[in-house]
Amino acid sequence: MPEITLTQDPVHLRHGSNIGRPLTRRDGLLKVTGAARYAADNNPKGLLHAVVAVSTVARGRVVALDVEAAMAHPGVVEVMTPANRPALAGDPDAKPNPLVFRLDLLQSDRVRYAGQPIALVVAETLEAATEGAVLLAPRYESEPPAVGLDDGERFVPTAVGPGAPAELRHGDVEAGLAAAAQAIEATYETPPQYHNPMEPHAVVARWDGDRLTLDTPSQAMAMARLRLAALFGIPPENILIRSPFLGGGFGCKGLLSGPQVLGVMAARLVGRPVKLALTRAQLYGPVGHRSPTRQRLRLGADGEGRLTALEHHTLMSSSRFDEFFEPASNASHALYASPAIATLHEAVRLDCGTPMFMRAPGEAPGSAALESAVDEMAEACGLDPLEFRLRNYAEVEPTTGRPFSSKALRECYARGAERFGWERRPLAPRSLRDEHGLLVGWGVGTAIFPALMFEAEARAVIRRDGGGTVEIGACDMGQGAWTALAQIAADAVGLDGERVEFRSGSSDLPDGGIAGGSAHTATAGSAIHSAGAAVVARLAELAMADERSPLFGAGNAGVVARDGRLHRRDDESRSEGYAEILERAGLAEVEARGKGAMDAAAQQRYAMQAHGAVFAEVKVDPDLGQVRVTRLVGAFAAGRIINPRMVVSQYYGGMIWGVSFALHEQAVMDRRSGRPMNADLAGYHIPVNADLPALETILVEEEDPHVNALGIKGVGEIGITGTVGAIANAVWHATGVRVRQFPITLDRLLG
Amino acid sequence: MKRFDYVRPATVAEAVAAAAEPGAAYLAGGTNLLDLMKSGAAAPGRLVDVSRLPGLDRIEELPDGGLRIGALVRNADLAHDSDFARRFPAIAEALLSGASAQLRNAATVGGNLLQRTRCAWFADPASACNRRAPGSGCDARGGDSRQQAVLGWNEACVATHPSDFCVPLAALDAVVEIEGRAGRRAVAFEDFHRLPGQTPERETTLAQGELVVALRLPAGAEAFSANARYLKVRERTSFAFAVVSAAAALRLEGGRIAEARLALGGVAAKPWRCPEAEALLAGRPPGPEAFRQAAEAALAEARAPGDNAFKIELARRTAARALTLALAGTPARVPALPASPFAPVPGALVHA
Ligand SMILES: Cc1cc2nc3c(=O)[nH]c(=O)nc-3n(C[C@H](O)[C@H](O)[C@H](O)COP(=O)(O)OP(=O)(O)OC[C@H]3O[C@@H](n4cnc5c(N)ncnc54)[C@H](O)[C@@H]3O)c2cc1C
Ligand code: SF4
Repeated sequence: MPEITLTQDPVHLRHGSNIGRPLTRRDGLLKVTGAARYAADNNPKGLLHAVVAVSTVARGRVVALDVEAAMAHPGVVEVMTPANRPALAGDPDAKPNPLVFRLDLLQSDRVRYAGQPIALVVAETLEAATEGAVLLAPRYESEPPAVGLDDGERFVPTAVGPGAPAELRHGDVEAGLAAAAQAIEATYETPPQYHNPMEPHAVVARWDGDRLTLDTPSQAMAMARLRLAALFGIPPENILIRSPFLGGGFGCKGLLSGPQVLGVMAARLVGRPVKLALTRAQLYGPVGHRSPTRQRLRLGADGEGRLTALEHHTLMSSSRFDEFFEPASNASHALYASPAIATLHEAVRLDCGTPMFMRAPGEAPGSAALESAVDEMAEACGLDPLEFRLRNYAEVEPTTGRPFSSKALRECYARGAERFGWERRPLAPRSLRDEHGLLVGWGVGTAIFPALMFEAEARAVIRRDGGGTVEIGACDMGQGAWTALAQIAADAVGLDGERVEFRSGSSDLPDGGIAGGSAHTATAGSAIHSAGAAVVARLAELAMADERSPLFGAGNAGVVARDGRLHRRDDESRSEGYAEILERAGLAEVEARGKGAMDAAAQQRYAMQAHGAVFAEVKVDPDLGQVRVTRLVGAFAAGRIINPRMVVSQYYGGMIWGVSFALHEQAVMDRRSGRPMNADLAGYHIPVNADLPALETILVEEEDPHVNALGIKGVGEIGITGTVGAIANAVWHATGVRVRQFPITLDRLLG
Repeated sequence: MKRFDYVRPATVAEAVAAAAEPGAAYLAGGTNLLDLMKSGAAAPGRLVDVSRLPGLDRIEELPDGGLRIGALVRNADLAHDSDFARRFPAIAEALLSGASAQLRNAATVGGNLLQRTRCAWFADPASACNRRAPGSGCDARGGDSRQQAVLGWNEACVATHPSDFCVPLAALDAVVEIEGRAGRRAVAFEDFHRLPGQTPERETTLAQGELVVALRLPAGAEAFSANARYLKVRERTSFAFAVVSAAAALRLEGGRIAEARLALGGVAAKPWRCPEAEALLAGRPPGPEAFRQAAEAALAEARAPGDNAFKIELARRTAARALTLALAGTPARVPALPASPFAPVPGALVHA
């Protein structure tokens, strides 16, 4: 029997001709020509349009809806309210596990946040449904809402993020602070933020008896299917979700949102296909956001600038009715060496929609505060901030003592610093000016993001025509899964990319897991890799058992799959094509499945993190306070790079997100009504091209034998971390003003 | 959708007649009106589409040396008219600092003048707003005040006029040509927009159905072309409304300021002309001292309705800087980052 195990297979050790190539997006042409079909582009026959009416108060009850007026509007077919919504088999308020979030599916007249769906109007046209929703003219009984972090009673949540402990204490922080030569304490604030994917949540739902077909963007189709099955009391196999393209997700399409289910309910109610697409403004409520945070950091350092203590305390919020706690303090777990580390969380409950995973949940705000605080500590020690970081380099994970599975952070610092010209940085703030008199500042931040693995399954087929098929219900939300996973697929089955049909983006394919946690390429890629290895093994079995094959009896030497042929590992001149093997065996195809999952033993032994170093230059007008990031260099080490073009684009996107976090993004909440008052992209600022004159990334090589068979870490979120702090630190270096409130706006720099 | 009439008149007279009834609104580029209709903040019963009226899209020389700009000239076309940009560089710069290229291609001169405030509570039909629903109150009071006025506001309304274009127009004594059923009239720019008073819903001097047909720039305005700038302080480098802006223009004679013009944006319900500052500068040698005093004078009456007092000092600094930039001279072409503090100023260190 051939031994083709995941880590031994030379196909994968050497990696074939596909992995590592900077291919352009396979779906690029479809996208730039408008041919890529997003959920809302589907218009099945008999389609009706649904529009949600959302609450304009944040807490109270709906006491009146003018259903008659809406129904009387020409074109309106039905108004769905708590009174007539279809019965559900599952309770939308049930919480069987922490990853099931409570949904607002018109279960009562209660209003728990502004923007909550309170009714749905279904009509022949979008316009009629829109007007119908206006005509409902809801009236409320409302109570004053809790809106800000000071409005609620604090408590320690039982868990934060996806189930991490709210508190972790390693060593004695108080003793460390007492023994410190220098200590600082600083409090940083980050605002509520909304995901704002380009494509708003949309669903086109069709029922055929108790079978349901829906087009809707999903970062996790199998989970969405299970949720729908439970809510509607039908077997998951009866549900088909198509999600070939997502116009961005960033976490708000990770788990099914309420409005998506409402579209399905409406289709059931009216017995016709229904399309529901949220407006931009309607994304500010029922589909998640990032909680505001207030983070207090206490750091101590000895005379050599080595940390003696690091305490990171986060106050954040969840909704009044459900739990998601932004795990910001956990950004301090694995980054800097310190004999004493405490990461603590407290929460308040606010009258808002439930916060949700949002790109780099925890790490984004946590890193912003940590990297600022580390800079303040470096300043207190009189040290260059990069030198300070190097003195506190964690050789092992500080809180556990585990070695890192791989860590090329030193290389990231060195390469980034060199590219940026960091060594010319004067220590004192407010000491650089450009030729026009603008203040110039340079800052650094360390990037870190855990290398996670979830679970996924894939199926691989090799056919007698010499081609192959690889199937996985994976999700392309713009990051390039169609391309990168297809590259892995081609190498997995030992074929040229052109010869492999890669099928994805649909729930009738093997469960591709969740596209989140920066783990999709690693997880789905591992599943594909193992399915490929397994199908190649089948083929090899056939060949090696057949005395007419040149591979007969290869036995323990094993075979290598490449370019549609199996080669003897010990003698590559002896080989046979896939087609011949199957031809002789009289088989049309061979098929196998494979799984991707974390290796629990390796996870226990090693700390697994991707790292990076981000260097920022900002210019600040000394009188007017306006800030511009003029240079950004990020050097990242994240294991094996499947497609450098896609990866660079992820790093760019992350770094731009970091600029946004540092200087632009915030939901401006009306403290009285609990409503975000800038719920559109004219008011909710993200950077424009003019805000990003120069971006550069460096891919630092890193081989990781432990994270997974392919050595892949994640790249989707890490770019945000480090960047926010680097910019904040650069603003301080430019101006001498330490702004501890994000975003850093010009009024805070006026002096 | 709420049903409304849509008419496309063939002549100005037809347009004016069609818009005479209350509830009728003119539609030009639609970049502002349609957004407000979508949010429900505007719900006209009749749209009178003037975008194709003949004859209103021309830039013409006037016999007295002035310039007449038709109300339908697109913002982009005006800014990129090289003759116009040479004669009125601060106006071209202001236009190009506004919105985005796509919006400037669609937006018209008339629509820009008549654009509504960006006050978030105004745009939100669920909020009380005296400007949108007279007498309903003002929910902006007590809300985030970054966009609110520091000059000319009262308890009834604290909104600001968001236009960039209008700021140098105010500084340069533009004149608005208006056609109504009673015929044509001309209004000084200064008198065109109104402060809230007790009727914040009346934003301009226009009566129902009156149509802006053109803008006139007087012959004298061109005399500032060598030293005229617009400066716009904003929360991102492009595609953002001004937090505060200033248009400054100087006519220099023998090392002295013969005549100065200064107007501020983002600080009041109308583009804010600063006659006190102008008077203070006239006849003086230009320089930081004079500019600072002018800026102080311009903001002498300012007060903050909320926690936006920073805008008062910011407006002073913006005014002083705009004057400094004007003194440094109009650049040969509009900078790639128009009106931005990050636009390089050749040969001059303008920062403190
Ligand atoms: C995202 C965004 C960003 C923007 N940023 C900026 C910015 O930075 N700076 C800036 O200055 N502007 C900005 N704008 C506003 C833009 O300049 C205006 O929307 C535009 O100038 C309006 O012109 P329009 O022709 O599209 O007007 P319309 O939307 O057609 O009309 C606007 C109003 O004017 C009335 N009207 C139009 N023409 C006439 C006329 N001839 N006589 C009488 N009434 C008339 C209409 O009835 C309506 O009330 C921005 C707009 C958007 C959407
Ligand atoms: S400030 Fe003016 S425009 Fe804004 S809500 Fe108050 S009255 Fe309306």
